[in-house]
Amino acid sequence: MEAMSMIRPELVCPAGTPASLRTAVDAGADAVYCGFQNATNARNFSGLNFTTAEMRGGVDYAHDKGAKLLLAINTFPPGGKTDLWKSAIDDGVCFGVDALIVADIGVAEYVSQNHPDQRLHLSVQAGASSAEAIQYYCESFNIKRVVLPRILTVKEIKAIHDEIPCEIEAFIFGNIGMMAEGRCSLTNYITGVSTNMDGVCSPASHVKYEEDKARNLMTKLGDFTVDCFSCGENAGYPTVCKGRYLVDHREEPYYAFEEPVSLNLTSLLPDLMQAGVTALKIEGRQRSRAYVRSVVSAFRKAVDGYMAGENPELSGLLALTEGHRETAGAFGGKKWR
Amino acid sequence: MAMTALSKLTIGPILFHWPAEQKRDFYFRIADEVQVDRVYIGEVICGKRVPYFEQHYEEVARRLSAADIDVVYSTLSEVMIRNDRQIVAKLCADESINIEANDASALKYLAGKKHAAGPFLNVYNEWTMSHLARNGTTHITLPPELPGQAMDTLGAKSKDLGVTLEAQVYGRIPLALSARCYHARAHDRVKDNCQLVCEEDPDGLDLSTLAGEPFLTVNGIQTLSHTCLNLVHEMNGMQAKGISAFRLSPQSHNMIETAQLFRRVLNKEIDAAEASARLAENGLDAPFSNGFYHQEDGCRWVENQ
Repeated sequence: MEAMSMIRPELVCPAGTPASLRTAVDAGADAVYCGFQNATNARNFSGLNFTTAEMRGGVDYAHDKGAKLLLAINTFPPGGKTDLWKSAIDDGVCFGVDALIVADIGVAEYVSQNHPDQRLHLSVQAGASSAEAIQYYCESFNIKRVVLPRILTVKEIKAIHDEIPCEIEAFIFGNIGMMAEGRCSLTNYITGVSTNMDGVCSPASHVKYEEDKARNLMTKLGDFTVDCFSCGENAGYPTVCKGRYLVDHREEPYYAFEEPVSLNLTSLLPDLMQAGVTALKIEGRQRSRAYVRSVVSAFRKAVDGYMAGENPELSGLLALTEGHRETAGAFGGKKWR
Repeated sequence: MAMTALSKLTIGPILFHWPAEQKRDFYFRIADEVQVDRVYIGEVICGKRVPYFEQHYEEVARRLSAADIDVVYSTLSEVMIRNDRQIVAKLCADESINIEANDASALKYLAGKKHAAGPFLNVYNEWTMSHLARNGTTHITLPPELPGQAMDTLGAKSKDLGVTLEAQVYGRIPLALSARCYHARAHDRVKDNCQLVCEEDPDGLDLSTLAGEPFLTVNGIQTLSHTCLNLVHEMNGMQAKGISAFRLSPQSHNMIETAQLFRRVLNKEIDAAEASARLAENGLDAPFSNGFYHQEDGCRWVENQ
């Protein structure tokens, strides 16, 4: 591996709370991403995220330690409710965040018209999956970086890199949603809470665990059974796209969309870096500080190792993946589709 | 009533992979037997399906135009691989046709040209609408999960911008897209060797929960509701909010009759309750839903007061 051919990538780490922000920065994050305590970001869960005062403090903490703070305003305001998004944007700009991560065309439009000097990143929630789509956002809103959907192979990422005028950020570790980001209303269909408009996927308030007489545990979201576990099994959190279902032509229930696995691109890191990915993103704003510390430290070492031309040991990360099972997802090749 | 007279009835793109002859015959019957104002043709789900019907575009468009029906070509909703990109580029390069853009790559090609924006484009608010209008969008079909309340603001703004608005009122509800083909997966295949197995299911593949309850519908990379959207009771209210076109999403049952029922409601010849009762008898074999409009779970049916 030629260490010289790669640009040193930015390690972009989750900060669900001010405490996690400090943990991630201290563990070696180059940048942290976070959101306000409301529907303006796609991880709008209770107990997570930042008040305006905390956001101001977060920016100061990150900047003092030489890290960046990226503010996610990556949901889609419904008509007539744009004021909440307007405040989030204006506050973020005022606090000096290093970039806003946006998904909605309208939100991007508001920022580029009212804060033309503010650096903009295109969220994965925008679902820009082709060079032309990314070019459109870059030309319209002066986007500086795109977070690519988790649906492209390394080869495809390389091809896109050669055709777009902005930086590429890619997910390397954590939860992997199966649906195209920003194009999924499954949660809203069964809970009345929208991923795009409210920033919530599979809300805990709508999760139920019910045991039947044979002691099988049914996991439900809204009124619908998403999976069922016998007593020896570890019951997963019910997410529609990772549930088991029935179709007429199969005798057994099957994971119709995806098994409960996590994304782990540890082994592809050098390939991604050589494909032109200049920011590596770790998912998990909802995870604990201990998790953030372990994952960020491990990837800090890995990235530094690769840059130094070494082959770092990263097998310990598997223990942190969902159900201890991992996948390279689409990044590994076309057979995943 | 003047407002009613202006309302248009449209047939959305066929989301499922029907054999080419079935599609052609469907459009011929639409042209011959029912008074609709606009028909969206074009494949929106999967680039691999495109070659099968492409050869019939001209013939179908001619027949529909002869019946005084506007023809609009819808672009793919998810554009990723070279083949998808070429399909969108080719369609958008054709100056002689009207196009509905369903992703941002189409918006790039159509910048500065008059075009429609499709329901997969995430037009949730007045900011997005203003941006698109400047880019050349003159007509927008709203996303299915958008609540009726948000339509008030969008409807008012659309008049200032000279944009017209449309919403789906019938058919299974598009809920999600993915890079993976779930039809192929259900048959232990992957997208590249799917052998277009989606053709076996003209209304999609039914997924049930482990409790045996019908839940979702798989259509290639798309996931739809099991329930059938029915906003026949809401159309009056939608008109007042500024929605001027009502989209029926084709299912394999008798869509001619379905379209006639909606037309007669728009013409005030029958009321919504009568239309709904007849849709329940002759429509898709699935319960109705209208929850999204009322800001409830999308799968629910909210009784009209």
